[in-house]
This record gives sequence, C-alpha cells and structure tokens, in this order.
Amino acid sequence: MEQQTYAIEAEGLVKTFGETRAVDGADLTVPKGTVYGVLGPNGAGKTTTIRMLATLLQPSAGRARVFGHDIVEEADQVRARISMTGQFASVDKDLSGMENLVMLGRLMGYTKPEAKKRAKELLYAFGLGEAAKKQVKTYSGGMQRRLDIAASIVVTPDVLFLDEPTTGLDPRSRNQVWDIVRMLVDAGTTVLLTTQYLEEADQLADRIAVIDQGKVIAEGTSGELKSSVGSGKLHVRLFHPETRELAKQVLGRKLGTVVELASDPSALSTWVNDVNRAAHAIGELEREGIAVSDFSLGQPSLDEVFLTLTGRTAEAAETTENEETEAQG
Amino acid sequence: MSKNMEPVDQREALQSALASRERPPKASPVSASLTFGGRSLLKIKYVPEQLFDITAFPIIFLLMFTYMFGGAIAGSTAEYLQFVLPGVLVLTVVMITMYTGVELNNDITKGVFDRFRTLPIWRPSVLVGALLVDLVRYTAASAIMITLGLILGFRPEGGVIGVLLGVAILLVFSFSLSWIWTTLGIIMRSEKSLMGASMMVLFPLTFISNVFVDPQTMPGWLQPIVEINPVSMLVVAVRGFMEGSAAMADVGWVLLVSAVLVAIFAPLTMYLYYRK
Repeated sequence: MEQQTYAIEAEGLVKTFGETRAVDGADLTVPKGTVYGVLGPNGAGKTTTIRMLATLLQPSAGRARVFGHDIVEEADQVRARISMTGQFASVDKDLSGMENLVMLGRLMGYTKPEAKKRAKELLYAFGLGEAAKKQVKTYSGGMQRRLDIAASIVVTPDVLFLDEPTTGLDPRSRNQVWDIVRMLVDAGTTVLLTTQYLEEADQLADRIAVIDQGKVIAEGTSGELKSSVGSGKLHVRLFHPETRELAKQVLGRKLGTVVELASDPSALSTWVNDVNRAAHAIGELEREGIAVSDFSLGQPSLDEVFLTLTGRTAEAAETTENEETEAQG
Repeated sequence: MSKNMEPVDQREALQSALASRERPPKASPVSASLTFGGRSLLKIKYVPEQLFDITAFPIIFLLMFTYMFGGAIAGSTAEYLQFVLPGVLVLTVVMITMYTGVELNNDITKGVFDRFRTLPIWRPSVLVGALLVDLVRYTAASAIMITLGLILGFRPEGGVIGVLLGVAILLVFSFSLSWIWTTLGIIMRSEKSLMGASMMVLFPLTFISNVFVDPQTMPGWLQPIVEINPVSMLVVAVRGFMEGSAAMADVGWVLLVSAVLVAIFAPLTMYLYYRK
C-alpha cells in the first residue's frame, strides 16, 4: 500500500520559546517497524521534539513527515496513525481504567459495545482486570503507565510515541513496559521513545539519536555509537595507590593514549583501540613491578559515550539544565 | 529478558490485543461531543459536590434578594417576587457559566488533554461536549429556582410555555457566553487569576442591569448603559416570555448577541486550544 521506508522523517526541526531554542535543528529518520531511541538528559529537547512530531506543538522552523504526511499541513492524517503516551499520565485520573478506555474507544470510532469489548480485552492483557472499576488515581505508578500505554493502543497505531516511558518506575514495572514495547514492535508498530536512561536505549532501541541542547549530536545503532568513541575502555585498579603515577606513565607510553585518573585513588582508565596492545600494556605494568589488583576491558557504556560526545556526564548536563530551567521559571 | 510475571495466557492475550489492527471509521462530531459530555457526567458521579453551585445558588439568591429588597423596592415581597424572579434567574445562571472556564482551566493542564489533542476527532468536540453538559446544569438550576419561586407564590402570566421559552432563551445565551470563559480558561495561567478576571466581567455585567430595579428609576446618564447591557436585554426577553408579553425585537437582540459571541469566541477558543 505504502512505499515509504521511513515512518518518521524530520529535517531541521526547530522550536523556540522566546529566547530559548529548545530544539535547534533536529534531523531524524526512523525506519518503519523499529524502535528509535532519543537519548539525552533532562532539558535536552527530547519532549519538545516528540511533541512536535505528535502534532502537539508547531515547529518554529524545519519540517517533518510521519508516514509521508506533513505534521503541520496534514496533522489530521498524522493523528489518524499515531498515539502518544506523555511523560505524565495521559489518562483521566478521575475516571476508572475501564471508563478511560471505553471513552477513548468511542472517540476512535467504535460503537459502545465494541469499545467495551476492546477495553476489557486490553485491561485483561495489561494485567489491570481487577482494577478496571477503580479510579486511576488509586493506581500504582506501574499500573498507571500500563493503562497509559493501553490507552495508546485502543486502536493499534502505526507509530507510538513514548515520552520517558519508564521514568519513576520500579525495575519490575520497567521490565513489563519493555516487554510491551517489544511485543508492539513485533506486531508491526514503529516506536519512538525518549529516555534519559542509557540502559533503556541500549536494551530497546534499534537506533539511537543522542540529543543535547536541542541538537542531535550522534546517531546510529548502539554498537556504532560505542565504536565511534573507541573500541573500549581499559580500567585498571592497582594494589598500591602510590604506584598510580608510575602506572599512568607506563600505560601512556605503551598505548600512546591519554590516561585518566579515576576518583578512586588506586584506579585509572584509558580508551584503547586495539585489544592486543592493551594486553601488552598490562604485562608491561607487571614487568615494572606495579601490582595490579584487577583490570577490565569493555565496550563503553552509553554513559561514557555521552561523556565523550559532550564533555559532560549525563548527570552533570542534567544538573546544568535544571538550574537553567529554574532560573528561567 | 521476559520475566514471565504474568501467566502465559495473559501474555497471549497481550499478543492478540496488540496484533489487532482493526481501524473503526472515524467518530462523527456528534458522537465525539456526546462522548466528551459523558466524561463530564462521570466526573459529577465521582465528585457530586460540584453540583453545589447549581443547587445552592438558586435557592440562596432567590430567598436573599426577594426578602432583602422586596419591601424596599416594590412595597411587598410577594409583588417583588413577580418582578425579580426572571432577573435573579438570569443572574444566577449567568454567574454559574463562569465555572465552565474554571473547569477547563483545571482540566487543560492535565496530561489527558495531550491525548485528546492527538486524536483524529472533530476538534471542537471536546469543548462542545462539556458545554452540552453545562446546559443540563443550567437547566437544573433553572428548575430549582422556578420550583422554589412557585412555592413562594410566583405566578407567571405566560404560563408553562412562557416559562419554558424563557428558560430556552436563557440557555441559548448562557451557551454562547460560555465561550468567553473557555477562551479565558485557556489563556489564564491559574484558577485564581481566572476567577479574578471572570468576576471583573461578571459583576458589572449582572449588576449594572435591570435585574433588581426598573431602569426608569435610575439617573438619565445610566439608563442607556443599562439598556445596551446584553444581560439587560436577556432579562427583558425572559421577563417578556414569563409575563406573556415578549416582543420579537427583544428576543431578536438576544439571539443576535449570542450569535456574535459564538462567532468571535468559539473560533478563538479553538485556536488557542490547539496552540497551547
């Protein structure tokens, strides 16, 4: 029926609020039937981006298409194919779970009996059967989030936007949400999710865009992002902290890289591109008489990727943004 | 990865629920509006206290104004009741319309409105539905006040038809006026500022009018101001219907003002609603 390969194509999306450029030229291409992760600290522009794509905000500049439909010119066609689960519950907390889903079913065009049937089916499938008649405000965080996602698939959308789907959830609820996302993608829906959890993007997303200060600063699969900053990081811990200076010189000489000193006084680390050279370097430490307590060479975590790309850790970036937001507010 | 926290048949249920790609035809504007109306009714079910305004106001206002002013203004409370009831009815219902904006203002900041805005529905339905339920509220308030009036001795010359027509034109005007409150409800950042702004509009609108006294007794410079006040026009029409002496011109003015209010404030509300 349709020929597009991409569910979402955004070019140079910009959103300004007064002086603030919340989103500053974001480009995204999301292949159909995949999970796309938008990763960044609070205030990076993730929510603004997702709200523009979901037709809730009009971009100040740039354009985007969802299944070939322009998000501004053809907002109605876009709305017919998407669903959005916001960061804060997008369900009516004053009503019961059942009433919420029946209402949405009616609004999506089901007759009353059809809407009831679909609501029951979804409540059962999402493990909310027993809470169906209780007001949503009495639900736990995990239950609210599941109802929220159920509300988004009363009619299964072609694209589902999830804004920080697991923020504030306990690990068990988080796993449930992840399972639901995977099953939804298996069933053919494209999912675009924002997250500030590096692990979440790593676990779920086929491709990831790292966003900082309204710009996409890196894009690719989780593996590509990791290898773009080096094949891995060598972490070494020494028996005697006083030997650290010497170890730093040895490693620097052998590997030709910058060796960083960790906050732990007996630990140090460096990026390496070649596993064999790393092994040699460890051997060299022993020859120099420096006792190594343990060492590890691993794929960099996305946290390290973020640090390398921005020069800040995700947490540090978040703190700065929060301060800025508070100063403005 | 899956922890199998739910029984296997539930996982299957989830799979089959997700696999359904059935797409019903788009909801009609009427059906969408009625669904939103249903939502407002459900809210009343959970918070019946919100009916306080439509039950207590009519009773308090009618008793208060009739017995406080009756002797002074008309010589007797029984006579004053005949004159003042249509006016107090208008005053009360027009005052209650304000809560439409308050509710929207409270509601719109909630996450569920984001979902409503991403649905492929007739755009005004979310507001039209709420306003339809408000019409039910206004009708209930009117019924309560008229019943109390009849008990106290109110005898409308216009009969049942006259009273019904009077209430009908009051509803038309109130529905139209509500769009001002929906506009303000979206613009104002807090309930407090909204109440303040609404009162600034409502107090002069309802009190610089013919609700309590005949404008003939006012100073000459004030009379034209009172007469062009839309609330005065409405009171003239409602009194006319209830006394059985309605003039087409008076009714026409009210309908014209109502149409103008909707023509300006309904599109403005919708524009602001989708911009927010």
